[in-house]
Amino acid sequence: MAARAAAAAPASLLRGVRLGGSWQRALLLAPAVIILLAFLTAGIFADLLSAYDPEQIVLQERLILPAFQDGGNIAHPLGTDNLGRDILARVMYGARVSLLVVVTCIPASALIGTLCGLLAGWRLGWWDRFLMRIVDVQLALPAILFALLISVVFGASLLNVILIIIIFSWSGYARLVRADVLSLREQEFVVAARASGASDRRILFRHVLPNIVNTIVIMATLDVPSVILIEAALSFLNIGVAPGTPSWGAMISEGRNFMTIAWWPIWMPGIAILLVSLTGNLFGDWLRDRLDPRLRNVR
Amino acid sequence: MGPQSISTILVSRLLQGILVVFVVISVVFLVSRLARNPVEYLTTDETTEEEKELLKEQLGLTGPIGIQYVNFLVDAVQLDLGNSFISARPALSEVGSRASKTLQLGASALIFSLVLGVPLGIIAALYRATPTDWVARFLAVLGQAIPNFWLGLILIFFFAVQLDLMPTGGSGGVEHLVLPTITLGLLASAISMRLTRSGMIDVMGTDFVRTARAKGLRESTIIWRHALRHALLPVATILGIQVGYMIAGTVIVEQVFAWPGIGRLMLHTILVGDFPVMIAGILVISTSIVVANILVDLSYPIIDPRIRSGAR
Repeated sequence: MAARAAAAAPASLLRGVRLGGSWQRALLLAPAVIILLAFLTAGIFADLLSAYDPEQIVLQERLILPAFQDGGNIAHPLGTDNLGRDILARVMYGARVSLLVVVTCIPASALIGTLCGLLAGWRLGWWDRFLMRIVDVQLALPAILFALLISVVFGASLLNVILIIIIFSWSGYARLVRADVLSLREQEFVVAARASGASDRRILFRHVLPNIVNTIVIMATLDVPSVILIEAALSFLNIGVAPGTPSWGAMISEGRNFMTIAWWPIWMPGIAILLVSLTGNLFGDWLRDRLDPRLRNVR
Repeated sequence: MGPQSISTILVSRLLQGILVVFVVISVVFLVSRLARNPVEYLTTDETTEEEKELLKEQLGLTGPIGIQYVNFLVDAVQLDLGNSFISARPALSEVGSRASKTLQLGASALIFSLVLGVPLGIIAALYRATPTDWVARFLAVLGQAIPNFWLGLILIFFFAVQLDLMPTGGSGGVEHLVLPTITLGLLASAISMRLTRSGMIDVMGTDFVRTARAKGLRESTIIWRHALRHALLPVATILGIQVGYMIAGTVIVEQVFAWPGIGRLMLHTILVGDFPVMIAGILVISTSIVVANILVDLSYPIIDPRIRSGAR
């Protein structure tokens, strides 16, 4: 925490973001950036890029091998699944589901978590105890089982998946922000701001928050892979997206039954999840090393 | 911090834990009562309305939800969570009969994660910034990124179907445990590895390690006797959270490997609307998460002498 004291002035978000000039790092980041761009492009433009309707069943064309294998057909580069649906199209539309989950869940949970963390760490007392007990409850509630219950009670839908992920991920931000506020509130520049009569709101948003933003951004980046994995896991258990929706987890779940006769229906979405999640983790680690001075000397 | 305050802390942590479990159970109870009438799952189209009403009454599903909730709490305090709607056996014993299987899998995955993660973390730290370190770190990132349900299927495909070395699922001998253990423990081992590595790097730069070196202690003594203890502190801290992850993971892993534990039971009970068993299961699971966290808190003084002597 001592290093944080040195950064008394509001730290700029992007200060320290440099590629470092090292070619090794660039070599590692280049594939990551390519994968990230491919994921974004597929997710945003799936309907323009895809030659097929991802839900169209063509039974005559079921389980066609990927194009790079003997017996494959270039019309279906990644092959087709057990119902003759084009796997490339489904992987691209699946990216859209993952992307949708990421862009809704992460800002929402970061926002809720940050506000709760600020409130708990700043007000202390009753607010702190109350909010931290809610965090404890959430940590003791098995997420997947609760998700299952919700899907049985309210039906399986993408909206429910998004709400559940938010319910289960805001607390991470709350705990992180609270811990930082606790150490920042005793810092001289905060005490000085308070002594000079600044309002709570002003202190929190002008002085405290800018010092925490980096931490939140790092956490949000590292959350991208975990949010994608949760959605995939829920869809794998058939409690995520509605049946038929092309989601990576659901594709693996369907392909599972044909695993011994056709490897590609579970490998293609699996590799997609793996690549995106790997990229998110590498990118988050890199960002943490760059932005968080406390962790820089660990390397 | 004397022994007095440690027991005070324990009592307050226990009370908090009970409160947490109480809230969890209440939330689950209330949400489950919003569900479609569980009687619908248990009856066929030919069941008459009178029979349905009778069944509802037998299962304690009549009356205002507030009264149902109070009745539920009064029974729950006496550890009576009702009988399974399906088998009519007490819900808790239904869960209990599956618990040992989940415990086996969870314990074996936790041990696997530490046995793999901690040594790998030490090696990566000692050979820091060498290819060994890069490989170890890349493996850790890979372990964090790989979806466990997919990993499980791939392991089944290679080791059970193609090579025929392992059973594809179910439980039985030790060989049935191997693939589920790897699937469940890999994420935790990646996290343990990273924490051990960074803890080790931190501690190797401290004054007391320099002093130990200056005294002429052997490098192995320094690492095993002095440094490791500090490096493991963050690993221990996160064990409570790891247990939570693992319990969540068992639901998926048990499903993939047809492992007859609590996770699989829970999936089934929720889908068929057997709510007493579901609530009993969630009670057991959330209690174990709470207890795991309390145990981790209590273990700090054992691992870290600074807390024991009150220097902190």
